[in-house]
Order: sequence, then structure tokens, then C-alpha cells
Amino acid sequence: MGTIVFFIFAILSIAAAWMVVTSKNIVHSALYLALSFSGVAVLYILMNADFLAAVQLLIYTAAVSLMVIFAVMLTLRGDICESNTENKSWFAGALVSGLLFVVIGLVVFTNADWRVLAAPWTSGGSAEDFSLLLLTRYMIPFEAAAVLLTVALVGAVILAKGVNESK
Amino acid sequence: METLKYLMETLNNLFLIIAEFIRGLFADPHSVWANLTMNVINFIIVVIIVVLAALILILLERKVAGWTSQRPGPNRLGPRGWFQTIADALKLMGKEDVTPAGADKFIFKIAPMIIFCLPMMTLAVIPYGRGMAPIDIDLGIFYFVAISSISTLCFLMAGWGSNNKYSLLGGMRAVAQMISYEIPLLFSLLGVVMITQSFNLGVIVEAQDTIPFIVLQPIAFVIFMIAGLAELNRAPFDLVEADQEVVAGPFTEYTGLRWGLFFLGEYGNMTAMSALAATVFLGGWQGPGFLPGYVWFFMKVGVMIFIMMWVRWTFPRIRIDHLMHLAWKVLLPLSIVNILLTGLGIYIYRFVMGG
Repeated sequence: MGTIVFFIFAILSIAAAWMVVTSKNIVHSALYLALSFSGVAVLYILMNADFLAAVQLLIYTAAVSLMVIFAVMLTLRGDICESNTENKSWFAGALVSGLLFVVIGLVVFTNADWRVLAAPWTSGGSAEDFSLLLLTRYMIPFEAAAVLLTVALVGAVILAKGVNESK
Repeated sequence: METLKYLMETLNNLFLIIAEFIRGLFADPHSVWANLTMNVINFIIVVIIVVLAALILILLERKVAGWTSQRPGPNRLGPRGWFQTIADALKLMGKEDVTPAGADKFIFKIAPMIIFCLPMMTLAVIPYGRGMAPIDIDLGIFYFVAISSISTLCFLMAGWGSNNKYSLLGGMRAVAQMISYEIPLLFSLLGVVMITQSFNLGVIVEAQDTIPFIVLQPIAFVIFMIAGLAELNRAPFDLVEADQEVVAGPFTEYTGLRWGLFFLGEYGNMTAMSALAATVFLGGWQGPGFLPGYVWFFMKVGVMIFIMMWVRWTFPRIRIDHLMHLAWKVLLPLSIVNILLTGLGIYIYRFVMGG
């Protein structure tokens, strides 16, 4: 049962991700991205990571709407159907993404913490364990990410308001 | 006296007894097939709740509108105009289904369908009575908020797909407004989660058997009401579909039943938001024992819906800069202060009680 659901949503996510890249219309690309994120959320649920799945829906899927808005506002071409045309320098892109994939793969395989659990993770309140880890063991990365986001927010406000140039 | 108590107990657990009976029809009451059957039945019940709620609320809205502006409201069809909704629905079904020539056809057609699915998904985790949540999941509140956040994308899809400037403007307003108000909405619920130490809606209702959380979290309740109204795009926050400014926003190009789906979705979402408010702040199915739990629950939901309608027909529309100001400079700091105060309160409570 779980295997069937896994393959349905894994194929859905990958197909949607493929469409993100190949779709000619940039708004369609963004909406396919939302579909891909939702498929990944289902995969998280299959791994009993309910909290992560909800976060995936809340933050990634919902935030795609913002990307659509940027796509609409920043596209300068007259016809939106031709807004996401292919680029000639696809080789560089393939090289970079291939290298990135290899690096991530190496990290996963060499790091002992990334092992597959012998028995599936079944703890019900995954939010509880998650928050405990975040506030004890991974406190510093967590705080660093928080500071980074605050800096980004302040930067966005300054960019939007503009600084006082009379001085 | 004993019989009365027994009768009350039976009435309170009526739906659980029926569910047990249906399960009992299977050879193994907890087999996969029994679970599947129960899930299908639960799903159908949730769909019925959404559709029934929409049917009743459409009439109620017009009656409340009439009551607020001191006129009778619809009063021609049936006794006191109660059959008006049926006439409305028939009229919607008879309309021509128009898709604009330049529309993005697939997006245009799928947006109302998704928006109608969302209230069904959110209402499925609400506990309607003791042990009566159609799906009982640990992350109830979080799941609810996560699912309802997708409606932003649907509004934008509708606005984009219509190929209409007003619709796109409405869609963009929807994104600005709903993403801003999601944050205070989530933060206002956090106070309750901190007190109960659980995201599970069933546990939250159980924790309110002595005192509903509206007494412990009055600020959070007010923030939740305001942010909830803004999330639902109802007046005074109906900038998304403001008739005088952007015609009807994302709905401008929709006709017939597609528009009807938006309408049903709006009332379904309103029911879901009221159900969440009743569950988290008003004690859900808890109440004095002379009525069954689910009756209490639906009465509380009704009161919340009435307040929302009352607000809609009382206040004028807010301006868009005031809207953003309210979200980011008033509601967000207030909700963070509320979280801080709740944390301090819990700490002091534990210190005093020696826990």
C-alpha cells in the first residue's frame, strides 16, 4: 500500500519538476512547482514526518503564489506564453546541478548520521521531538538561520523604503 | 433519573454507536476494509456538512443583511423566504458556462475545484463530539492552517487564468492580504498550543472541560477573529473582491456553477474557520450535560458564523494601506506579546503550583 502511494507521488513530483523546467509559460512553471512541492509533502507523510509535511505545504506550496506574482511583475516580454524560453548555455547549468548532486550524495553516503533506520520511525508527536532537537542539539544553526532571516527582512524594508540621502 | 441519564449517554454517543454497528458488519471490525468503509462514510458526512452549511448560510447571510439594515430580506419564496436558496441554485445551474477567449483554460477551470476541496479537507480534522473527529491526527491545528493557506494560490490562479486586469489585481491583493494575515493567525493559535502542549484538536477540547480558552486567551481570540476574517476575504477585509474597485476581483469572469463553486467554497471556508474558533477558543463540544456534545458544537459554530455576518454588514471596507498597517504593526506585535505573556503565565503557574 505504502509502496504504491510512494511511487504515485514520487512520479508526480518528478514529472511536475520536469514540467517546471520545460514549460514555456513561466506562470505554468511556478504552478507546477507548487504541485511538485505538494507531492514531496505526501512523501514526508509516508516517512512519518507529519510536521515537516505540514511545514512544506504551509511555507513552500503557499509561497509559490508569491513567485507567480514576481513572475508576472518581472517578465518584460510581451507574450507570457513565451516567457520561459530555453537558454543556449544549458551545458553550464547541467554541470553545476550535476556537481551539486554529487556533493549532496557524497555528504549523505559518508555521514554516519544519515543512516536508514532499521525500523520505521513511528513516534506520534514528531513536532515534539523536532522542537527538542531544534532547541538543544541544533540550537546554533537554528539561531543563525533566525538571524539571517531577520537581516534579510531588515534589508528588504530598507530597500523598499530607501535610505535618507540628504546627509 | 437513571433512564434519563442513560438516554442522554446514548444520545451523546449516537454517532459512535452507529459507527460501531457499521464496523460490526465486517468479519474483523478493524480490518483494512472496515477502516476504508468508515473513511468513505466519514468523507461523505464531511461533504454533506459543507454543502448543507453553504445552503443554510446563503439564506442566513441575506436574512442577517436584512436584519442589520432593517428590512425583511428575501421573503417571497416559501414560508418567510426559506426556499430562496433553491431558486438561487437553480438559476446558477441554468446559466451559460463561459470561458473567456484569452483565458488560461486549464488554470481557469481548476481553480474553483481546488478552492471547493479545501473546506472538506480542513473540516475533516474537527472533532464534532467526544471521539467524533472524522480523522484524528496529532497535528490537527497545523494541518488546518497548512491546508487553508493553499487557498491563496487558488485565488491567484483564478485571477491569473481569467486574463482580465481586474481579476489579476484582485488575485494580487489576495496574495498580499492572505499571506500577511496568516502570520498573526498562526501566532494567535500558538498560545493555546502552549497551554495544552498539543496540536491535536481533540486534546485541546478535552483540556477545556473546566474553562474555555477564550477566558485564558482573550487577546488571542480577538486576533484570531480579525485575522480569520481577513483570511476568509470577508468584509471589512473584502479588498480581494471589492465590487467598486476591482469589479469582483478573481470572480469577474466566472459564470454559472463555476462561480457557484467559489461561493460554496467561501461559505465552506467560513464554516471551517468558525469550527476552528469554536474548537480552540469556545470549548468545542464541551458544555452543560443537558444537550449532546455535537449540538453544543454546532451551536457555537452558529454563533461564530452569526458574529462574522454581523461584522460584515456593520463595518465599511478597510483601506489597503490600513490593512497592511493593521497586520504588520498591530496584530503581529500583539500576538508575539501574547505568546510571551502566555509563556510567563505558564512558568508562574508551574512555580506557584510547584509542578
